[in-house]
Amino acid sequence: MRHTLSVLLENRPGALTRVAGMFARRGYNIESLAVAPTDRPDVSRITLRVDCEERSLEQIEKQMHKLVNVLRVQELVPGEAIERELALVKVAAPPSARGELMALGEVFGARVADLGPDSLVFELVGSVETVDSFTELVRPHGLQELVRTGRIGLGRARTGARSRPRALV
Amino acid sequence: MRTSGADAILRSLEAEGVEVIFGIPGGAILPLYDALARGTTIRHVLARHEQGAGHMAEGYARATGRVGVAVATSGPGATNLVTPIADAWMDSTPLVCITGQVRTTQIGTDAFQECDITGITIPIVKHSWLVQDVEELPHALKAAFHVARTGRCGPVLVDVPRDVQEAELEFSYPDHVSLPGWKPPRRGHPRQIRAAAAAIVAAERPVLYVGGGVVNADATAELRAVAEAGRIPVVTTLMAKGAFPESHELHAGVPGMHGPKWSNRTLNKADLIVAAGARFDDRVTGKVSAFAPGATVVHLDVDAAEISKIRHADVPVVGPLKPVLAELATLLAGQAVPQRTAPWLAQVAEWRDAFPLRYAPGGDGDLLKPQRVLEALRDLTAGRDDVVWTTGVGQHQMWAMQYLVCDRPRSFLTSGGLGTMGYGVPAAVGAKAARPDATVVCIDGDGCFQMTCQELATSVLEDLPIVVVVVNNGYLGMVRQWQDMFFEERFSQIRLTHALPDYARLAEAYGAVGIAVDSEDRLDEALSQALACGRTAVVDCRVDPREHCFPMIPAGAAATDVLEYSPEQDAEALAL
Repeated sequence: MRHTLSVLLENRPGALTRVAGMFARRGYNIESLAVAPTDRPDVSRITLRVDCEERSLEQIEKQMHKLVNVLRVQELVPGEAIERELALVKVAAPPSARGELMALGEVFGARVADLGPDSLVFELVGSVETVDSFTELVRPHGLQELVRTGRIGLGRARTGARSRPRALV
Repeated sequence: MRTSGADAILRSLEAEGVEVIFGIPGGAILPLYDALARGTTIRHVLARHEQGAGHMAEGYARATGRVGVAVATSGPGATNLVTPIADAWMDSTPLVCITGQVRTTQIGTDAFQECDITGITIPIVKHSWLVQDVEELPHALKAAFHVARTGRCGPVLVDVPRDVQEAELEFSYPDHVSLPGWKPPRRGHPRQIRAAAAAIVAAERPVLYVGGGVVNADATAELRAVAEAGRIPVVTTLMAKGAFPESHELHAGVPGMHGPKWSNRTLNKADLIVAAGARFDDRVTGKVSAFAPGATVVHLDVDAAEISKIRHADVPVVGPLKPVLAELATLLAGQAVPQRTAPWLAQVAEWRDAFPLRYAPGGDGDLLKPQRVLEALRDLTAGRDDVVWTTGVGQHQMWAMQYLVCDRPRSFLTSGGLGTMGYGVPAAVGAKAARPDATVVCIDGDGCFQMTCQELATSVLEDLPIVVVVVNNGYLGMVRQWQDMFFEERFSQIRLTHALPDYARLAEAYGAVGIAVDSEDRLDEALSQALACGRTAVVDCRVDPREHCFPMIPAGAAATDVLEYSPEQDAEALAL
């Protein structure tokens, strides 16, 4: 089963390596990972996605808590958290196809970030599923390049910080 | 106080109460060694190989419970420390390694003797610091010692570029250190401890399964109180040998691959396992799904990540073992019905009598039996409380585990988790530096001895005399045993020979006493002489290479599927 973890860690050289290295060393694969400083410049937030059993997840979280740079580990539980992804999608766009592509973009709320003679770049923010559907729809037009940030997430506003802090026994 | 970074390192170590450090100088660590030459209260023991320095620091730490300190230069000096660091990681030994690094301006340029030692060691340290600003040095060292010895003990590394050692700072050693992400548990949850007590009171066949964590937590007195209050038999793992007196009536031996059959049976037939500072290592459990199938598990550990990692814990208690066990003992003293376990203890005693350790006795003119060497050492040191044992890894280590009797913690120092051949000699030197009053005896194999015997020079020249007993069967014995038993006797690359090198003469070349013995008649005399001589001594015991270490639970087999010594098979083998 796939799980999304939100990890606060000290913004120090090597801190990310220690987290990523722990996954590799214990034999877990990170599916996606996004990291950037939070409102506090000395603290970063990693949002990462991992496919594992519940029991392995518990082990991952406990091992992560032992890392000196890691401040907090939470699981973002579906339904109690919002998750978003940013994608930049470059599509072949001869003048004849532009109209249809732009209409498609409008449906998904995608912005045209750049426009060239033969192609255009969409900028799309949405759930992972939204990004998936959009890229599938534009693919027949000639998908040239694609970059995705990987998902980032936060606990929902209405439930406060209700992303589930993992119990440490 | 205005001082250089190198001096600040020494002043920090002095402030930590460090008395001895182990190391070898080199280019990138020269400023620190210059500071040593200019004066310090700290003794520096010059090793012959950085791996030796690292194991010495481990031996020092294990013998005392204090943090061991090893020093090396950048590049190869630092990479030579990797094995001791990994060893300390697996066995939770508190260790601070200080390495020199190339100048900050050269980092990343593939400079001479540059290597990314903080990167290399990430998977095997609790934490590490690459100090790029001299102002951060005191804080980094304070944090290093704090992290190494709090929570679950383990190794840390502080990498200090040469220009940082040379730069000046206004030095003051901090009283405390702020590490917002490092919060080891400070006490166990009272409700969980009550639940543990209740489980013990309700059990009919409880066993205390004790690991090295109890020794690290300095909780052996509390452990004993728990065992005696509940009348619970105690098995101690290899890492916990001596954590509970082995001559105590409640001691039920050592579990695991080469543990006595009755010890494994006791652990596996229990209806309640109280694991204390133990981690259900595969060498103890054998096949996990078949391990102690009927047992409820209470797991006490300072490291939450060990709880339910291998075996589900029905009653988890996360906390430092000293207060947790003390509280548990108090609860049991009020609740336990000591007679309740009497039938179980009688059963354990029956198994003990039914399944003693056995091996083929040597006949006239027969080769010396390796087990006999350990029995002789046990008998010659009986009643002494000033002997510290170290071992290498392999058959001799398992025989040492089986035959030596340790009644005190920190008297049996061995490489458990990593299984580091070559640990024994340098660990003994480190233990001797820690315990000058003690007689330190390294039980080594001939294969192990050849990996680190250069530290005999350190032992002799630093006046840290140790006794090395080489159980010399001329082979990589444990590998030979596996090839014999599991690879249809296809022996592959295991022959070392009994006589090359000549270990007694090698010892003499190092200025040590060298004694060779190949018969039972001369064994006691040779060992007594070595134990009494007060100098570094090597006793080359040339033993029967055909001896296997029994009993044995093959890797991956259930702990109850024990292979044992059989006189009949032995007779057959001899007839061939």
